[in-house]
Amino acid sequence: MSRFAFSREDLSPEAVRQRVMDPASGAYVAFEGWVRNHNEGHDVLRLEYEAYEGLGVKEGERIIAEAEARFGIQSIYCVHRLGELGIADMAVLVGVSTPHRAEAFEACRFIIDEVKHRVPIWKKEYYSNGDSGWVNCERCSASAEHQHDEPNPDSDSAASNKAAAG
Amino acid sequence: MALIKIEYFAILREHVGKSAESLQTEAQTAQELYAELSERYAFPELNHMKVAINEEFGEWNAVLNDGDAIAFIPPVAGG
Repeated sequence: MSRFAFSREDLSPEAVRQRVMDPASGAYVAFEGWVRNHNEGHDVLRLEYEAYEGLGVKEGERIIAEAEARFGIQSIYCVHRLGELGIADMAVLVGVSTPHRAEAFEACRFIIDEVKHRVPIWKKEYYSNGDSGWVNCERCSASAEHQHDEPNPDSDSAASNKAAAG
Repeated sequence: MALIKIEYFAILREHVGKSAESLQTEAQTAQELYAELSERYAFPELNHMKVAINEEFGEWNAVLNDGDAIAFIPPVAGG
């Protein structure tokens, strides 16, 4: 069974926790990405996620296998929402259990960072001014109708101020 | 000529107005196919595009084979 999945339903932290619970684990770290009400100066009302699901599950599983090779991990699960989400909805959930805590923190960080960079998921934001746009796409578009910042080739690495979730 | 299935996602899906199509093409590579479709549909200018061939990331200079499924991957934004 794949340890990376997409979901069109609300994500359940307790289900992920149960899933990675293991008698050999002494630590559990989870990351929740939430839909934020602002991004790059825009008021965000809601957003939509879309994915190339077949390739996305494969790439997600590759990321988890890489994490296993790098860190001493007992169990991992990652699930990402698709479809329409509102403010404060959970967009992504990563759960990692390990024998000791240090590896759980590191592996969780590694997985969410790689998922954001590599898994074919797209996010469309809808703003309070009636505008909308595909994050990391519209702002690189020469034909965009609105004035935007210069394209940033690494924009999704700055999670705190670039992405509306996570 | 090769019969290629093309899948469109996100900004390209909205721009083209469909999520997939099959077409006969003279394009020899994924890059040539992108150029052909970009001209046909007047794709928005997108940086850092990737391509998937038969549900795996591929190279833009990969030679297309009859029956291949191609997807163009705009910049991603998960999380």
